[in-house]
Amino acid sequence: MNDLLVANSVSKNFGDFKALNKVSIAVPKGSIFGLLGPNGAGKTTLIRIVNQITMPDEGTVLLDGKTLKPEHIRDIGYLPEERGLYKSMKVGEQCLYLAQLKGLSKSEAKTRLKYWFDKLEIGDWWNKKIQELSKGQAQKIQFVVTVLHQPKLLIFDEPFSGFDPINANLIKDEILQLRDEGATVIFSTHRMESVEELCDHIALIHKSNKVLDGKLNDIKRQYKTNTFEVALESPNKERVLSEIQNTFEVLPATFKNLNNDIKLNVKIGENTSPNDLLSFLTSKAEVHHFVEVIPSANDIFIQTVKNN
Amino acid sequence: MNHLPLIIKREYLTKVKNKSFIIMTFLSPLIMIALIAVVAYLSQLNNDKQRTISILDETGYLSDIFQNTENTTYTKLNGLDLDDAIALVKEKEDYGLLHIAKVDALDAVSNNVKFYSEESPSLSIMSGLERKIEKRLQEIKLQKDGVTLTQIEASKTNVDIAQESFEGEKSSKIDNVVKLAFGGIAGYLLFMFIIIYGNMIMRSVIEEKTSRIIEVIISSVKPIQLMMGKIIGTSLAGVTQFAIWVILGGVLMMVVSSIFGIDLSQASTPQQELMNQAMEAEGAQAMAENLITAISNLPLANLVVAFMFFFIGGYLLYSSLYAAIGAAVDNETDTQQFMLPILMPLILAVYVGVFTVIEDPHGTVSTVFSFIPFTSPVVMLMRIPFGVPLWQQGLSLVLLIGTFILAVWFAAKIYRVGILMYGKKPTYKELFKWLKY
Repeated sequence: MNDLLVANSVSKNFGDFKALNKVSIAVPKGSIFGLLGPNGAGKTTLIRIVNQITMPDEGTVLLDGKTLKPEHIRDIGYLPEERGLYKSMKVGEQCLYLAQLKGLSKSEAKTRLKYWFDKLEIGDWWNKKIQELSKGQAQKIQFVVTVLHQPKLLIFDEPFSGFDPINANLIKDEILQLRDEGATVIFSTHRMESVEELCDHIALIHKSNKVLDGKLNDIKRQYKTNTFEVALESPNKERVLSEIQNTFEVLPATFKNLNNDIKLNVKIGENTSPNDLLSFLTSKAEVHHFVEVIPSANDIFIQTVKNN
Repeated sequence: MNHLPLIIKREYLTKVKNKSFIIMTFLSPLIMIALIAVVAYLSQLNNDKQRTISILDETGYLSDIFQNTENTTYTKLNGLDLDDAIALVKEKEDYGLLHIAKVDALDAVSNNVKFYSEESPSLSIMSGLERKIEKRLQEIKLQKDGVTLTQIEASKTNVDIAQESFEGEKSSKIDNVVKLAFGGIAGYLLFMFIIIYGNMIMRSVIEEKTSRIIEVIISSVKPIQLMMGKIIGTSLAGVTQFAIWVILGGVLMMVVSSIFGIDLSQASTPQQELMNQAMEAEGAQAMAENLITAISNLPLANLVVAFMFFFIGGYLLYSSLYAAIGAAVDNETDTQQFMLPILMPLILAVYVGVFTVIEDPHGTVSTVFSFIPFTSPVVMLMRIPFGVPLWQQGLSLVLLIGTFILAVWFAAKIYRVGILMYGKKPTYKELFKWLKY
């Protein structure tokens, strides 16, 4: 059992609209799993099914090998995209209430809240009302509430929205630390740079279907086109260029470089190794820059969505 | 995990600690009492006005029947003609002039009485004068036929029909007044309760939607738990508020009436008029005694039990619908179109209760409406003091509970889907679709 959460061909219809069509995912224990997809693809529906807010029409969801039951609520921490707090309730009371709803005892909740409030240096907010806090401050409270009951599975939907870069970084570090302490994280976002930074695995949902999933590195390997970005210097630019063009597929490239070089994207065939290309290039000109083009999560996202 | 008590507690405390709730709780009885006191004071002021009415009686039959009262002085004018009398009354700024013209035939007197005044006279004064003249003329006519005054006095009779059911249960007119009062208060209380606290539930659901906390909450609890917790918590807050109102209102009423010496009961209501009529008929001493028997004649045990069941059933039925409306919309202005179907049966129930139950508590209309679940709580509560067979109460209650369960199911469905829908106002068609999600 290496997967904490498994969804088996889950389908959900809203009237005539198919929100999810036989979607299966497996979230490995201790991983950060990116759940990606354009707006309206069905991510939120899937997340709500995992949270037992909505029931699937077909398919099963297993948490730690067992079919989802109401008792599992306390094993899951969920930070929804549409989130908020009772505006006129005091921070402390509110946190205690929400923690108790997750099954913590009042005293236990108090101790843990104190720990988190000290850690995030927000202890003096305890008696403030939410409406007196800024949006970012309220988000911090919301984050604490989500993780307070130490769930096995954490689900964050756009966790960084509303945070300034410093606080976003703080929260990112907390998420990583929670992962290191054994929690599994499902992370849904449109910000691809944070996917790149955090996720080990991703699944891409598009128009109610899962179109891609796996380890981020495996997917990148799949999507790479054996293209290399090169910058060369040679007194005889035209001749070098035509020689390369005769041997390889060449595309123009733009990147910043110190010299006024020949800048190219060179694609090599299946049977050619990077070393072959490099030795070819060194024989023709002076190599200043040689990097394999690895598709970014952003590229993969756009390409996959466009192709479907 | 049963979080219901926790949710109820939060809902209750949030409501009770809310500033505007506290202000309303303590201010409303003050305002109400102040209002009643002002009305009572003003109407007293109105009655206290001293009036002088001049009387020009050219027949001589009627002049001695007008006795001065606390507020009205009668001045008899003699030997003036009408024009002079009017001029004099105008000059004296009297309230008016009652002119009884000289006629020969006794029968014609009644048609030749006129009242002259600056403004149109008050209805009560006119009918008072009319009653006096009628009585007098009647006596004169009877005396002409040889009947003596003592005979006339002796012929006056007062009928009070004693009522008894086949089972031997005695009742009287005052019983009916008491029954009406009990039923009316129970029904009206329910009506007010539903409107005030139903709205409060609705607003608190909308608040959860607009503050976007709802998804956080329902990832921990079932929507139906949240809904029921809200309904129960708010209702408890409502009961608290109501209790404070009743106690505070009662105390204030006593304080105000003892300090200012204003008889607050003078602000009269239809019930009180009925009560007064009954009082006149029976005499004041017997009144208190009768009142106590009347109250003890009520099916009290039945009343209390039925009140609890119908009140709770009716209230929960409506409040779950209010919760559903709150879940379906994004803000309070959008609630209008959904409110109407809720308010209609409620208002209908009160009207049916007021008009048909007074007329005939066991008539077809009131019986039928006391079975229809949406009107039954109010109408049945009004009927029960008059004695409703237990099977009818039972059937009505079963229907009510059945509908209540159906309504909660329906509301929970709408609620479950609605609380996660943002942005647009749903149509009835969409609401219907939600039931199938």
